[in-house]
Amino acid sequence: MLTEPRTTRTIGWMGLHRGHHAKPLEWLAEKLIFAVSLVAILMVFLIFVFIGREALPVMIGHERSLPVQNGVAASPDTMTPEQLQAYLGLTREEFARMDRETLKTLIELKKETPVSSDKDAALDTTGWRYLLSPYKWSGYAKPEYIWQPVSEVPKYNLVPLIIGSLKVTLIALLFAVPVALGASIYVSQLASSRLREIIKPVVELLAGIPSVVLGFFGLMVMATALNAFFNYCELHDWAAWCVPAHRSRLNALVAGLALAFTVIPLVFSIAEDALTSVPRTYVQAALALGASKWKAATQVVLPAALPGVFAAVALGFGRAVGETMIVLMCSGNASITSSSILDSARTITATIAAELGEVVFGSPHYHILFLIGVLLFTVTFLTNFAADIIMHRLKFKLEGKT
Amino acid sequence: MKRFQQLAASLGLCSTLGIASAGYGGTITVKGSDTLVILAQKWAEVYMREHSATKIQVTGGGSGIGFAALQNNTTDIADASRPIKSAERVACIKSFGKDPREYKVALDGLSIYVHSSNPLNEASIDQLEQIFTGKLTNWKDLGGPDSPITVYSRENSSGTYEFFKEHILKGKDFVSSAQTMPGTAALLQAVSNDPKGIGYGGAAYGHGAKVLKVKKTSDSPAVEPTEENVLSGKYPIWRYLFNYLNPAKDKDEIAAYLKWIRSDEGQKIVKDVGYYPLPEKLRAK
Repeated sequence: MLTEPRTTRTIGWMGLHRGHHAKPLEWLAEKLIFAVSLVAILMVFLIFVFIGREALPVMIGHERSLPVQNGVAASPDTMTPEQLQAYLGLTREEFARMDRETLKTLIELKKETPVSSDKDAALDTTGWRYLLSPYKWSGYAKPEYIWQPVSEVPKYNLVPLIIGSLKVTLIALLFAVPVALGASIYVSQLASSRLREIIKPVVELLAGIPSVVLGFFGLMVMATALNAFFNYCELHDWAAWCVPAHRSRLNALVAGLALAFTVIPLVFSIAEDALTSVPRTYVQAALALGASKWKAATQVVLPAALPGVFAAVALGFGRAVGETMIVLMCSGNASITSSSILDSARTITATIAAELGEVVFGSPHYHILFLIGVLLFTVTFLTNFAADIIMHRLKFKLEGKT
Repeated sequence: MKRFQQLAASLGLCSTLGIASAGYGGTITVKGSDTLVILAQKWAEVYMREHSATKIQVTGGGSGIGFAALQNNTTDIADASRPIKSAERVACIKSFGKDPREYKVALDGLSIYVHSSNPLNEASIDQLEQIFTGKLTNWKDLGGPDSPITVYSRENSSGTYEFFKEHILKGKDFVSSAQTMPGTAALLQAVSNDPKGIGYGGAAYGHGAKVLKVKKTSDSPAVEPTEENVLSGKYPIWRYLFNYLNPAKDKDEIAAYLKWIRSDEGQKIVKDVGYYPLPEKLRAK
């Protein structure tokens, strides 16, 4: 349990001095580092508070997608200044600055109600019902999940975005995790030391490629190559089964594959660290008992390093779900609910990146974008949190200590 | 002798500073539409070369960003590829007590792009509406080969998107399966690689794919988006590009700059960048 005798090993504050008297400079340095680490935690907290605050109106249902209109006949001639000021919703200073002409313009603008014959025009489309379940909008043949935030009747259904994000992330992980794990097992257990010195830095070099470059590569090279491949399959009977009737050049598969390049080095280096940190004596014991090198690696070292490997995969998931530039460039960004991996996908991150630039400040659309930001933050936070807990449990189980 | 030179130099410096400070003190900031940003930068560059006392700072971001900056008084001029919306007008009036002043600064013809191998040469506005709303889904309905249509569109933050939606789709929604590209260049790149693709974009980008001729109605003649046709109004998909500003600021350097933009000299640059200059009657004399 937590009764490790901390005091016997460390005397002094936070164990820096180990029984020595602290020098003032050391003390100051320690405090500084402590403050810096606090700042990191504080930043995470502040970011969450800021995003959450902007998303709050939607979450508690105070957002209305349509302004309330009142069609009272108004003019500067018939109303008293006070009435006019209240009618136009101005403060006293604003009102005092305006001349008659400007006031008339304002009244005109206020009267200019969007006369719409659309039966959905009066709906408050930011309600949870419209955000999460399909609805038969006017002009559509059947109930559908629609993300059309810039429209006469703005439609903010989040399901296509969630499906898009999950689809791309899963594809990326399906490709990246086996490759990264295989490479890390090979490098840490089986490779000769010379080979290891080459492979490890090269794989880790992948992490240094800017995601916009990878996105560009995906857009130009991978999309073209995959498209050519599926075109070829389509023309040959024996391969045609694997090509769905409808597919796009830029799709979830291209984005997922390009994304895998960012996930591989991350999963690789964490998993490799975990595998290397398994005591060498385990392998030696296994080899002494007659196990082959391969058996020792997969049946002794891998289970012992499982918590670290699991953490690597969880962090890879967080990276994939949060990556923006690659999916923005390679996925085609069509907001559809399709299960085919050869259809386009629109992810949460790409939506925020593409739309926040020009959304009207404080509008329902603006708040919805923050809402999906909160969603994204929560998902990555929970994944990391869960990974941490499971890692500790596994560690306890496997090593018998906390 | 050396001293004399120094004196002369410092005198010269003083007089230059004197002239500069007699004119406009600060920098003219221009912010807004991504469609206009190439043109606005070119204007600023040429204008600053001729008027070294004036400094002009141009940034993009989108038409909406420009209006937001105008209303917060963080920019002098807002670039826009669409007319101001009434909500934005109200916000501006509330902020500085005046209706923002609008100047048309150039014309833009939207082109319809298809892959260069596509046998189709023309389409009517009606057909385009049906393609982009998802009513027409196969090229054979337009007289092409039997293959599905892949629709490429722009992000909904783009002024081009809104213009196309309003004028071609008549306010209807784009088909959900439309792939949205983060810029006209990306869209053009995608269409030029996709034999089934169709997309739309500004005139300044038209290379790499085939540009369709457009018919106003199904029985009117098909028109190519050339300068002559856009200027005469024969080509049906065109728009104005705007500059907006607080009327109180429309004086001195800013007024001179805006006048220069709309003069023959400024309009010559419009043509170099790839958009269409204003017709004579809208230019500043």
